[in-house]
Amino acid sequence: MSDGVWVIGGGVIGSLVAAHLSRVADVTLLCRRAEHAAAVAQNGIRVSGRANFVGVPRATVDPAGLTDAGLVIVATKANDVEAAAAQLEGRLGDGTVMTVQNGLGAEQVIRAHGPWPQLSAVTFMSGTKLADDHVEYVLDTPTWIAPYEDAPFALAEAAVSLIVESGLKAEAMPDLEPARWSKLIFNATVNSVAALTGLPHDHHFAELEQPTDLGHLVRGLMDEGKQIAAAAGIALREDPWEMNVLATQRGSRHYPSMLEDVEARRPTEVDFITGALVREAAHRRVEAPLLTAVYRLVKAREASYL
Amino acid sequence: MRVTVVGCGAVGSLFAANLAQLEDVEVWAFDLDGEHVAAINEHGLRLSGAGEVVGELRATTNADDLPPSDFGIVATKCMHTAAAIEATAPAFATGAVCSVQNGVGNEEAIAQRVERVIRGTTFPAGRVVEPGHVQWDVKGDTTIGPFEPSPAPMAEVGRLAEACTRAGLPTEAVADARGPQWRKLIFNAATNPIGALTGLTHGRVCEDPGLRRLVSQLVDEGKAVAAAQGIELDADPEELIDHAARPDVAYDHKASMLQDVEARRPTEIDYLNGGIVRFGREQGVPTPLNEAVTALIKGLEASWTL
Repeated sequence: MSDGVWVIGGGVIGSLVAAHLSRVADVTLLCRRAEHAAAVAQNGIRVSGRANFVGVPRATVDPAGLTDAGLVIVATKANDVEAAAAQLEGRLGDGTVMTVQNGLGAEQVIRAHGPWPQLSAVTFMSGTKLADDHVEYVLDTPTWIAPYEDAPFALAEAAVSLIVESGLKAEAMPDLEPARWSKLIFNATVNSVAALTGLPHDHHFAELEQPTDLGHLVRGLMDEGKQIAAAAGIALREDPWEMNVLATQRGSRHYPSMLEDVEARRPTEVDFITGALVREAAHRRVEAPLLTAVYRLVKAREASYL
Repeated sequence: MRVTVVGCGAVGSLFAANLAQLEDVEVWAFDLDGEHVAAINEHGLRLSGAGEVVGELRATTNADDLPPSDFGIVATKCMHTAAAIEATAPAFATGAVCSVQNGVGNEEAIAQRVERVIRGTTFPAGRVVEPGHVQWDVKGDTTIGPFEPSPAPMAEVGRLAEACTRAGLPTEAVADARGPQWRKLIFNAATNPIGALTGLTHGRVCEDPGLRRLVSQLVDEGKAVAAAQGIELDADPEELIDHAARPDVAYDHKASMLQDVEARRPTEIDYLNGGIVRFGREQGVPTPLNEAVTALIKGLEASWTL
């Protein structure tokens, strides 16, 4: 992977990745907004929190240079993968495309636009974007990377070694699905419930004392997710309910992105997260009344302001 | 005949002011809102809108002032029933007390303190516009009947119904008043929390096919719990829901629970969906979606205290 790296999307994950990789590779951040690109081109990206440095990727809104990219990391919101794929089509040569979106389906969207080798990634790192040129690195949990379809495992290993060299945590694995589905079920539940209640991911999500305590709903949603995973032949890497209990016991109050989206009256990723599970349930003929209910409610909540 | 209205908000005021028009009825009102009580005592209780009425009555914030009454009409929000009836019960030592509240469980709370209880369901609605003045939005029927475990005699139920009807609030006395109550309960439980969670008006909830299916699933659970108790609904909630969605009926209506949520007031969820869940448990009828929306609304209420 000696060729240049392009990162599409300068949100939290895109900014963290572009800043870190710029220390070990020639990195270009492809932004949507010109002022975002200008801020990064002028000031670099300041990383604070888990690491403290200023990364200096190139930054542009012009996709023309994608032609020569060796690795393209698509770090947009799930809703914007289609637009990113359209930028790649007809431009990217024999480079590799890696998707890191929440939920399911990003790989297929990319594939529909070109025959490039692809990597699937699930990332557990998190942060907060404080400005176009400043990102706070909060959780330094790893990114898991696996080949998509028949891409060689060596591509995943190469991406991992580049990312690890840059100071981020990453791990290559032959099959991403067990980890991806654990995160999917966790996210589909926690994000939807947070978006509907306005609660950050806190102790309410694990409460089971009264019959109508939120923990019962959370567990019910996760149980449906597990049944869908089982029907899809996926052996989960972690139990989502245990992930939930552990996360809430830490006493932290994480604001899931879907809650932030709803509060900012932005489109959410619900179609790619909760919606992906609901579609998979229909496909596998598994009943998922609770997931279907919260999916419809979040969609309707979006419709009330979009 | 002396009637004391307990909780003189919108619905309580409709009963109090109209009954005060009758020469043979003396009306008292108990309410905790000092300004409202003072205005009623000074200028009378004024209704405008669907009817123009000024009722001369005595209002108090102090339950000790209440004289012995032949009838009580309880019209508080459900979560205040127990406290309100505890305070006023001495005035009903020889009288019968009728609930005209939303939801289920109010008669049970009243029967903890009062021997002869009347189950009631009322459809007239309005809102308090200023102290002593209530806007009367909707006329409608009231159905009352003996509360089975702790019943008022049918003759007494009939006397109250006759007085209300004569006062301009058409009221029917029936032997089994559970049908209208559960019809209203199921209607409210299937529509109110959906409006509250999504921010959508009744009409918009009903024109979203996925959401309308969720409404029907909530209706079906409620119907199953009613049927298990041997309750025969006096009308199909589904028809009422579709009727209300018509542009000339209540398309633009924001459910009262949505209004509560927007104003961050505690909702009546425990007595609506929570009531269906409770009675369902007693009957061994599963109510997973009513449990789910109850948990979501309670989570929403909890988010206001963070």
